Amino acid sequence: MKILGHKPTLSAWFGLTVMAIFIFVSVFTPWLAPYGQSQNVGGTWDEPSMAMLMGGDQIGRDMLTRIMYGSRMTIGVALAITVLSFLIGIVLGFVSAVLGGWVDVFFTRLVDVMLSIPGLIFALIILGVFGSSIPVLILTIAVLDSTRVFRLARALGMNLTVMEYVEAARLRGEGLWWVIRREILPNAWAPLISEFGLRFCFNFLFIAGLSFLGLGIQPPYADLGGMVRENAAAINFGMMAPIYPATAIALLTVSVNLVVDWMLSIDARPSGAQAEL
Amino acid sequence: MSKLILNRLLLGVLTLFAVSILIFVCTQILPGDVASAVLGQGATPEALVIFRRELGLDVPAHLRYFNWLTGALHGDLGVALTNKRVIVDEIMPRLANTLFLAAYAAAIAIPVAVGLGILSAINEGKWSDKLANVVTLTAISLPEFFIAYLLIIFMAVNVEWFPSLSTVYKDMPFAERVYQTTLPAITLTLLVAAHMLRMTRSSVLSVMSTPYIEMAFLKGAKRRRVIVRHALPNAAAPIITVVALNLAYLVVGVVVIEAVFVYPGLGQLMVDAVSKRDVPVIQACGLVFAMVFVSLNTLADVLVILVNPRLRHKR
Repeated sequence: MKILGHKPTLSAWFGLTVMAIFIFVSVFTPWLAPYGQSQNVGGTWDEPSMAMLMGGDQIGRDMLTRIMYGSRMTIGVALAITVLSFLIGIVLGFVSAVLGGWVDVFFTRLVDVMLSIPGLIFALIILGVFGSSIPVLILTIAVLDSTRVFRLARALGMNLTVMEYVEAARLRGEGLWWVIRREILPNAWAPLISEFGLRFCFNFLFIAGLSFLGLGIQPPYADLGGMVRENAAAINFGMMAPIYPATAIALLTVSVNLVVDWMLSIDARPSGAQAEL
Repeated sequence: MSKLILNRLLLGVLTLFAVSILIFVCTQILPGDVASAVLGQGATPEALVIFRRELGLDVPAHLRYFNWLTGALHGDLGVALTNKRVIVDEIMPRLANTLFLAAYAAAIAIPVAVGLGILSAINEGKWSDKLANVVTLTAISLPEFFIAYLLIIFMAVNVEWFPSLSTVYKDMPFAERVYQTTLPAITLTLLVAAHMLRMTRSSVLSVMSTPYIEMAFLKGAKRRRVIVRHALPNAAAPIITVVALNLAYLVVGVVVIEAVFVYPGLGQLMVDAVSKRDVPVIQACGLVFAMVFVSLNTLADVLVILVNPRLRHKR
């Protein structure tokens, strides 16, 4: 079987399958989950059984159900962040590349300064002032993450604006948006898509890490990072409870990375847009 | 060369200055009122006025920034809102703990990662190289706490080699401290070593595609000798950059690891401050983290200038 006109490698197949399962489960969670997400069905950290395939969590809710709802939440938030970050990063990056001049200097310097502090520290500062609600989380991480998208988009745009067809479009009087939408964007898709996978992974880990620190998605919502934190005490009794949600996180990120690795390897042809990266 | 280095140091100071402005803007000037955010919706107007005065929010922003910055330069980062302690006194021992842990991890990670990266480049395409590729890719995509908990299960619960919580106190003997922090150090090592290994490998390989390396091969030198004698001196600069980048990442990655092992470091302090909405402490921790990060990057750039063989002779 071929995907995108290429035959996936074994590791890419593994990644694609796991990704498909996660997407399916996240979309249809309410119909697939065996119990309600806040329903107590057993005791604290019950052993896995036929009724509760992964056992219970710290207050006796079904671990499998919580992981399904948690994946849905964490994936949803990470996806929202990545889409928003790409919107901001691509628009500003291309505008910088096409306009040049002081607009370019302003955004590039701003991004340089933002990148000179680690993202986690920056996020902690902002969450400390505004508190962590889901909109604040999405907006903060999206803006922080858009700095990296900006750099890629600007580099791609720089290579493309010097092409003759872009110059031709400008000479016949097309506006900034038309040039970006019709001439630059279609030629920059391939590297942007694999970058989307990488940024999604990064944001997914980032939001899970914040929730693990207790500063991300707040209860009563189930989310994978928060579940690791809530069940962390079980580890001292030799129980696997926090390992299950952590494994879910690991499985998804490893899979996306394997797929991106494969996409990058088929995309390694030396086209103008790719060469400078 | 000394002019280049001076330039770079100046740039580092400028960056720090810009970063301090950014931190200040984020915490104090962004739309939204810190006082009402901290006190919550139920705060009375009188309480808000008093709290604002306590925070110094009734002073114009540029004056507040100036006071904060001069204070910070004199080693005065203010007083914590929640427990009224002097922030510098709280930060210093914790910064020492964090740096100790980071240095411990770096001492293992750098030789292992750079060594294996070079080996991987020598054996490019062989099974050991492919194995390294898959293992490191996996290690990079795993969350920190996943590795940490696996280590705890296997090395602290199943076999009780190491403690699952890293308790350290003042005046602890060095050997004891090293033993207590071994598990977090291993976790950190796994996190950064994978990245360092991959980047070391690719920077050695990118030097390998240059003409003078081809020349060395053509005159009949062995692959191992070409890499060690011809490629490495010129690959040193990117490797140093990679190492510094990962050390900077180490100091940040420490935040989550400290939470797992309940290690009294700077990251824990900052996370606590964020959950208590203690703005002065958050600012101070942010500034210290940024300082460590920027200094490491500056140091790396200076080293790169120093090791570059092409800059060693006067033009």
